[in-house]
Amino acid sequence: MSAQGAEPQPNYLTAGQSVRSWLLTIDHKRIGLLYMVSITLFFFLGGAAATLVRLELMTPKGDVVQPETYNKLFTAHGVIMVFFFLIPSIPAVLGNFLVPLMIGARDLAFPKLNLASWYVFMIGGVFTLWAVLTGGVDTGWTFYTPYSSMFSNTSVMSAALGVFIVGFSSILTGLNFIVTIHKMRAPGMTWLRLPLFIWAMYATSLIMILGTPVLAVTVALVGLERFFGFGIFDPKLGGDPILFQHLFWFYSHPAVYIMLLPSFGVINEIVPCFTKRPVFGYRTMATAMMAIAALGFLVWGHHMFVSGQSMYGGLIFSFLSFFVAIPSAVKVFNWTATLYKGTVSGTTPMLYALGFIGLFTIGGLTGLMLASLAIDVHVHDTYFVVAHFHYIMVGGAVMGYLGGIHFWWPKITGRMYPEIWGKLAALTIFIGFNLTFFPQFILGYLGMPRRYYEYDAEYQVLNVMSTAGASILAVGFLLPLVYLILSLWMGKEAGPNPWGAKGLEWEIPSPPTVHNFDEPPVAPERPYDYPLKEQDREPS
Amino acid sequence: MSLAEAEPTHGYLASHFETLEQQHQSAALGMWTFLATEVMFFGGLFLGFSVYRFVDPEPFAIASRHLNVTLGTINTFVLLTSSLTMALVVRAGQTGDRKAQVRNLLLTMALATLFLGIKAREYYEEFEHHLAPGASFSTAALHLPEDAPESLGQQAQLFFVFYFFMTGLHGFHMLIGIAVMAVLVVKAQRGQYTAEHYTQLEMTGLYWHFVDLVWVFLFPLLYLVELHT
Repeated sequence: MSAQGAEPQPNYLTAGQSVRSWLLTIDHKRIGLLYMVSITLFFFLGGAAATLVRLELMTPKGDVVQPETYNKLFTAHGVIMVFFFLIPSIPAVLGNFLVPLMIGARDLAFPKLNLASWYVFMIGGVFTLWAVLTGGVDTGWTFYTPYSSMFSNTSVMSAALGVFIVGFSSILTGLNFIVTIHKMRAPGMTWLRLPLFIWAMYATSLIMILGTPVLAVTVALVGLERFFGFGIFDPKLGGDPILFQHLFWFYSHPAVYIMLLPSFGVINEIVPCFTKRPVFGYRTMATAMMAIAALGFLVWGHHMFVSGQSMYGGLIFSFLSFFVAIPSAVKVFNWTATLYKGTVSGTTPMLYALGFIGLFTIGGLTGLMLASLAIDVHVHDTYFVVAHFHYIMVGGAVMGYLGGIHFWWPKITGRMYPEIWGKLAALTIFIGFNLTFFPQFILGYLGMPRRYYEYDAEYQVLNVMSTAGASILAVGFLLPLVYLILSLWMGKEAGPNPWGAKGLEWEIPSPPTVHNFDEPPVAPERPYDYPLKEQDREPS
Repeated sequence: MSLAEAEPTHGYLASHFETLEQQHQSAALGMWTFLATEVMFFGGLFLGFSVYRFVDPEPFAIASRHLNVTLGTINTFVLLTSSLTMALVVRAGQTGDRKAQVRNLLLTMALATLFLGIKAREYYEEFEHHLAPGASFSTAALHLPEDAPESLGQQAQLFFVFYFFMTGLHGFHMLIGIAVMAVLVVKAQRGQYTAEHYTQLEMTGLYWHFVDLVWVFLFPLLYLVELHT
């Protein structure tokens, strides 16, 4: 194969330096990086909106922004973070980069479609940014009708169009992953030898392709109602607003798992590597992720306990929601069992993984509280809900994303990040996050409603704590931005496998060559082929 | 592409696939996955339609009476025939019969255009009777009972919202299909589809049958409401 072995092959970063070679690339690794740059931009935009929200909430009276502006700020924060950061985050960045590498393929099944998905993403992003710049949107990220379709005087149309368009980008990504995982695996890479990250991507992709079209058509109906004044969801004109909520949450609840399952996948890779043990319960891990994807489609009604859906509907949705806890708990127990008596090292990715396990557990357990009808009536639309889903989305999804970025940074760039700064940032984020959001559980339980820009003076102490935590969190998020970029020049050479990790992606140079594998890869006999310890062999 | 490639691939094999077989299977799975997303897309509309019809069946029945069942039936026949000619396109792909590919593609396009023409005729009729929802919508043509509440007219308009959106979306899918077939005709004429390589014909076939199948559901749902109340 490598007859002229003396000449070093260009890697995917050095093969072609022009702007054109990046913007027209069909290399899955470069497309992953295009996504990384784009979503980082959106992340800090959404973060800026959150910063202003937290500043406003430092005092009980409205003093930083106008009430209308406040509505637009939390809407911008929600729309940008959900649709333009969390949903694409791990799948579009790490998934694009890793799926072909992990299964031993040269690229995704449809490379041009992959590039198209990035362009669709950017077009959707432009529409949404346009909406934010031309006056903003004040409906909340949920676009509830009839407010969004009949009453709001803000740029609902362009924001909705942006969300509609960006949906197709995630459909294309999901479709590409499903076909790639089915058809492009290297010889010997059977389903039960796949890294669990691949299982996570597969489960996520299923949700993307089955859920996203429903959101698209729902948003289209809202657009029709708003543009032509038909009464599809407006009760005054004979429509049914609850139907909108059903359709919206039919996508948007599974979307939570689009954000979370990829993080499960990342944690599944990090934990075995830094305990140097095979992951505990491989099959139950894979089954649990598929079960979460399937059950996730049956629980949307738990967002609507107080909306006027039938009481029996509420009962069934509550019951089914408890079922999701079973596969989720299986995963937490399996991670714990993997850690047990392992050689746990405290490197940066592992700190994120450990943080994830703890924060996800809190987020999951408070989710069970919210799935209970009686408690939900009490805390519905309060800060308890806000705290709960931030534990899942920041404590879960963002921690997983950052852990994954650090874990595969040497593979992506060929450089190590500064470990000491990495640890410092991970700790800062963990502390800042908890200080921001734990007080919100208490605030919500005491009755502070979400989405209000003023509040009773008795809530101030906890709100100040939350705002203080948010500033620590902001520092924590800015740190990686700085040291990761600097590491591109200053980081030491990583070599193919700095962590001693198992998996096909670690057997090739860092950064990989354009065609990924110079020799046809051979799948290992079992995934997570770390040496078995004495206690793994026989029960003592 | 590796020089050691055993079978001839005539340059059809993209460099990231190992074999033509793998490439073909990937395309097929990709198309089926895409069709699954389409089912969910139309599914949201079918759900909305069904909910409103279930909650208040009468206005939907009244409104449905004013669709042209004869033209709808003829159109159903036209579209199903186009599925046959599309199946013949795929067959001609398998046998590598260039002339039959071109002929059947053109036939399918002609039938599709006929369908859209008849559909346009129906739309025109409905516009004339002010049945298109919006500012000009009028219940005059529906002959509602004298003492009908206002909601009856609103719900009837809702029927037409769904009617126009669903058939319009279906028609849009047909336009895309016709455009794709126009490209395929040129490529088939140039002899680009052989018995070893006709993936694009087969994928277009899958898409076209899906579009037909949507109509098979739309037709009874919209036109034949009264026959199943």
